[in-house]
Amino acid sequence: MQFSSYRTEGFYDEMFETDGRVRPHVQLVLDIIQSLDPGQLLRYKHAAERLLLQLGITFNVYGDTAGTERIFPFDLIPRIITAPEWDRIERGLKQRIHALNAFIDDVYHDQKILKDGAIPAEIVTSAVSYRQQCHGLNPPFGVWCHVTGTDLVRDGDGEYYVLEDNLRVPSGVSYVLENREVLKRIFPGVFEGLSVRPVNEYAGKLLAMLESLAPRPTSNPRVVVLTPGIYNSAYFEHSFLAQQMGVQLVEGRDLVVVKDDVFMRTTKGLEPVDVIYRRVDDDFLDPEAFRADSLLGVPGLMDAYRKGRVALANAPGNGVADDKVIYAYVPDMIRYYEGEEPILPNVPTYLCWRDSDRQYVLENLDKLVVKAANESGGYGMLVGPHATAVERADFATRITAAPRNYIAQPTLALSRVPTIIDEHFEGRHVDLRPYVLCGKDIYVLPGGLTRVAMRKGSLVVNSSQGGGSKDTWVLSPGAELQSGGQQQ
Amino acid sequence: MMPNTKPLLSRVADAVYWLGRYIERAENVARFLDVNHNLMLDLPQGFADQWQPIVDTTGDRALFLERYGTATRENVVRFLAFDPEYPNSIYSCVMFARENARSVRETISSEMWQQINALYLLITAESRKVAPDDLPGFCHQVRMGCHLIHGILHVTMSHNDAWQFIRLGCQLERADKTTRLLDVKYFILLPSLSDVGTPYDDVQWTAVLKSVSGFEMYRKRFGRISPERIAEFLLLDPEFPRALRYCISLADRSLHFITGTPVGSYSCPSEQRMGQLRSELDFANVEHILSGGLHEFCDAAQTKMNTIDECIVGDFFEQRKLMSSARA
Repeated sequence: MQFSSYRTEGFYDEMFETDGRVRPHVQLVLDIIQSLDPGQLLRYKHAAERLLLQLGITFNVYGDTAGTERIFPFDLIPRIITAPEWDRIERGLKQRIHALNAFIDDVYHDQKILKDGAIPAEIVTSAVSYRQQCHGLNPPFGVWCHVTGTDLVRDGDGEYYVLEDNLRVPSGVSYVLENREVLKRIFPGVFEGLSVRPVNEYAGKLLAMLESLAPRPTSNPRVVVLTPGIYNSAYFEHSFLAQQMGVQLVEGRDLVVVKDDVFMRTTKGLEPVDVIYRRVDDDFLDPEAFRADSLLGVPGLMDAYRKGRVALANAPGNGVADDKVIYAYVPDMIRYYEGEEPILPNVPTYLCWRDSDRQYVLENLDKLVVKAANESGGYGMLVGPHATAVERADFATRITAAPRNYIAQPTLALSRVPTIIDEHFEGRHVDLRPYVLCGKDIYVLPGGLTRVAMRKGSLVVNSSQGGGSKDTWVLSPGAELQSGGQQQ
Repeated sequence: MMPNTKPLLSRVADAVYWLGRYIERAENVARFLDVNHNLMLDLPQGFADQWQPIVDTTGDRALFLERYGTATRENVVRFLAFDPEYPNSIYSCVMFARENARSVRETISSEMWQQINALYLLITAESRKVAPDDLPGFCHQVRMGCHLIHGILHVTMSHNDAWQFIRLGCQLERADKTTRLLDVKYFILLPSLSDVGTPYDDVQWTAVLKSVSGFEMYRKRFGRISPERIAEFLLLDPEFPRALRYCISLADRSLHFITGTPVGSYSCPSEQRMGQLRSELDFANVEHILSGGLHEFCDAAQTKMNTIDECIVGDFFEQRKLMSSARA
């Protein structure tokens, strides 16, 4: 398969310049792909799909019959990021996560930022994800966001923007690790001559971070991963991470709180638990503290947490900063807590609770993307240019009825990467979700999940909405020079 | 000697124990089907209806009659191989095994998960048909798939508590199936004892042995086909892997590994019951069993194994009382 008929169609393309020239850092990879025998790339593609099915790397779709599993479509053409580009992303993410942690800690203590008027107080207290129960809590190192999966997008100007912070229970990192494994196994030749930074240190880093949260000094803290169970859409990831870390994967019913200590039920009786990497939302964590009808949670867990007997990652209550209205103020948080200008900009955001913004949004629904302030995963969203008049009218009604709950952003021309469609290459829109671990220090996994909107023209990359993924390469410093030299 | 391993969640122990049972059950059903198919080819046309007995070995005769009526080859194969409504069909067993494996994927090895998943993919592809195109070929694939799981299990997973629970489930299931097969076949074949020596009689007893992959091993041990010796071989042989006694002795060892109690003593009801059954088999003799009635013996053994199963649930999976152990 050749790229001769490939067109960028006016979008920012991660592999080609607007005039069709190959970006120097991808030349080597392109040469390798084009030198394959006819049909070979498609054979690789089918082998990859078979492998994913055999490995059982599948996800469940909500609203589908319980237990229906699908593979997450995987495209063989990698998304490649240069070392200088990555350096900026990494610095930007560290700065942002640092400020977000400072903000959440402040919100649940003195609320200085609200008193100083840098963020309107009513915006914070009206957030659905703001938890009164978390006031005065002191998680270790003042860290509330231990694992973050920030969504970045690249607009037509080539600039990276932060689209969402995903502070609560971000998923997808297992696909980053498995995509790399699959690509290495199926198409090892594509890595030749390039120095791609490895991603397999993630599980080790995650375990070390979790162990550092142990509430008591112990040589061997017991860490567990808490999952809602096998019907959760991210169950594969929960079990994958537990397996990679060598820790137990538990469900709520496996845990019990006795006199404010947390134990798990084992064949030899109750065994103490020190750190819980919970992949269950706040609402379902503890029926005594949050939703009383939750069957997934552990009664008494929040009391144990509040008394410092067990660590929870991510910290309950951190979702307050995930609210899409509060998101709009993250640049202000960075200025307030860090005294710096943000390295990674936000996507310009209209807040419907402001009269002037709402006016503009309602008049321009056909141009904007509207999002509910407290939804994620592509749910509760309107992509104006692709929506019908009926859908737009529906959103107009919803916005007018509850302006606080909606924000709008311009429809970005997300960057594209060549993707195998049938038997040739076509550009498809992508985003990028890097993963950030935060304990005493902040660590950014070099790479991340590149999600692809597989449908032509679509901007929705979520797996629940037909998205796929690509392996994401971060080149080692100096790697570009190497490939540039061989290009001649 | 207690190795210092991570404690095993009760839920996980339950899931892997049943994982072992389901894999073993699927394999047994596949072998019974295959051998019966083979046997039919050796018997003359119209030589009685020989598909009902294998339904009887499952203990689900009533359910079968209710759903299918007559025991034709087609009905029995459909029922035992692919019926998704029947919880002991090969299809259902593999589904349950995979579901359990999925819920404990972090406990078992990746290789084992992949093999269970491969077996699942094989069955889901086949079960879209009314019946397997090639019954012996299909049964062979299922059996080999299960053997592969056992082999991978043996060499890729630490022989820790979780591994012992899988083996425990597997051995109890195997012991149960052997006694059922012997019980049913002995009852059917016994009337023809008067015709001992007819070629069909030998053919049928050979089929019984083949149903547990025991024909060759039996020949080496006893030579001539004889119902008494076959009963002895399948119940009391200390070396044949599908003999009741052998299975129970392995299950007993797994249980003692899990609790850390020395063999020959007990610390919980399941260990006590298992030890009792093991020593009963160690000191039994076949003439005694036959004079007391083989059916009665098999029936009693099954009841004892059911009790052991219930005790295992109570001792390890439920654990309602709150015991606190010392911090490591």
